[in-house]
Amino acid sequence: MTAATDTFEPSRAHQTWRRWKSRGMSVLLGVCAVAVISPLFLVLYFLVSKGASALDWNFFTQLPKPTGELGGGMANAIVGTLMLLGMAAVVGVPIGVMGGVYLAEYGSDRANYWIRFAADVLNGIPSIVWGVVVWALLVVPFKTFSAYAGGAALGFMMIPLIMRTTEEVLVLVPQSYREAGLALGIARWKIITVIVIKTALKGIITGILIATARIAGETAPLLFTALGNNFWNHNLSEPIAALPLQIYNYAISPYDDWHRQAWAGALVLMGMILTLNIIVRVISRGHNKSN
Amino acid sequence: MSQSAILPEATPLIRATSHWPDRSFRWLAIGAACMILLLIALVGWQLSRGAHLAMTAFGPGFLTSSKWDPVTDEYGAWPFIFGTLLSSFLAIVIAVPLGVATALFLTEMAPLRLRQPIVTLIEMLAAVPSVIFGLWGIFMLVPWLRDHLFQWIAHSWLGYLPFFKGPIYGVSMLAGGIVVAIMILPIITSVSREILRSVPNLQREAAYALGATHWEVIRIAVLSYAGRGIFGAAVLGLGRALGETMAVTMVIGNRPEVSASLFAPGYTLASVIANEFTEANSDLYISSLFELGLVLLVVTFLVNAAAQLMLRTLTGQGMGKIK
Repeated sequence: MTAATDTFEPSRAHQTWRRWKSRGMSVLLGVCAVAVISPLFLVLYFLVSKGASALDWNFFTQLPKPTGELGGGMANAIVGTLMLLGMAAVVGVPIGVMGGVYLAEYGSDRANYWIRFAADVLNGIPSIVWGVVVWALLVVPFKTFSAYAGGAALGFMMIPLIMRTTEEVLVLVPQSYREAGLALGIARWKIITVIVIKTALKGIITGILIATARIAGETAPLLFTALGNNFWNHNLSEPIAALPLQIYNYAISPYDDWHRQAWAGALVLMGMILTLNIIVRVISRGHNKSN
Repeated sequence: MSQSAILPEATPLIRATSHWPDRSFRWLAIGAACMILLLIALVGWQLSRGAHLAMTAFGPGFLTSSKWDPVTDEYGAWPFIFGTLLSSFLAIVIAVPLGVATALFLTEMAPLRLRQPIVTLIEMLAAVPSVIFGLWGIFMLVPWLRDHLFQWIAHSWLGYLPFFKGPIYGVSMLAGGIVVAIMILPIITSVSREILRSVPNLQREAAYALGATHWEVIRIAVLSYAGRGIFGAAVLGLGRALGETMAVTMVIGNRPEVSASLFAPGYTLASVIANEFTEANSDLYISSLFELGLVLLVVTFLVNAAAQLMLRTLTGQGMGKIK
């Protein structure tokens, strides 16, 4: 009989144990959350403390100095990264946006299922594999590493990202807008471009900026496409410098002065990416309020 | 979203006024969607074409051979496959418990005011480029691991295990695993969080009504319900970990050896391609690197497809939308 009452009426000690266990687990989960975000602060702290001291006017205006000479900058790499991002956008934005238009406006459920699946697969391809593929596609036939190849590799990586975000915002445009357009006798392509895309334009631009921020720091696809360059280059069919490449090359070099510059370059790159993210946040905040 | 149900066949009016622009715009959209399929085919075709020479030279033995010697032109993939699998496994072992715990903290525990800031910080962590984690890894993390954590492990009872034997260089399989873990934490956390948020509140209320404590609610009502989705999140994280290149290359030590010790340097499929591709001076060497790329592509494809299918079936069962 005593055993039976035990199961029906748990002892006070057991109750207390359960309550403390619950509190203990709460604390543990909180500690885990802190552990997850602490690397961000550690990385940012070292970027600022190591990078800021190496940042000066020369860093933004001068070319890298040859081995052994102190000083110099990464002006060409900063411009090179911007040029590569521009070329990537030329490849990625039209295909990505039009693919999103297909998914939202034209595709049947069945076709959409497979195209979305394919976009996810494409998104999962490791960045180094893109480097190898674009090398075989654009470097070998033209017998030279080039800015075009680097831009194409980054552009291919942008396509699935932009496609999915574009689709997501186009689907949010109310059907009644499209029906109103049809009722006025407007051609369907005009309905899509002038009404649907225009309504969702903020969201589409946000998606493009997110994709740009994602690929801005990519290094692996550029290793054997854009290659890197220690000089100014305005000829797109020749190797071009890029900030992530320069950071990588300097980081694995044995020279202290180059390490210092790598930190400075990393700080600038991180600054560019965070700026893009902040712009996205500002845009999408306005978007939410207007709804 | 099938449009055809809402916008049926074009009316004669539309067809008369805008025949060819409408059709060509539609074909542009179809073309863009087909580009996706074309790109996948292109990747597969280019890699197999490049790998053809190595495939015919070494056959399936390429995958199990441990010899990687550019001087004698003999190549085997096993050290790199081993390194990729082991470093990704370590990353998953570290990142999944931490990521799920953080997701639980965010959905079940944290004060509402704290939730959005923490989510924003995790998104920022996801925005840090691989090469910057690598830079931080080389100059900050690896020296700290070498001088403190690894020393501590080696001198504790863990040091008697074969996994923690041998000289400590700092750059090692374990360092690679830790860096990759940091890099896949954001995706594991955010997907787990989506899944936990889709657990119906009725589940929680029912457990509370039975007198469960906060932790018991999480364990009984939330975790058991979300278990499969969290597994999907872990597989998605694994897919990311396998292909991680720059940061791993910078901290794993880049030595093609198979060692039981996690303190020993290793090499991964992605990092050997990154390091040796531009130096490869024979056709067979380049072709072998292509075959490594092909192996990496096939493995990541299988893992990612499995994760997508797992998370898709869950969404089909009303587990909410997963991005």
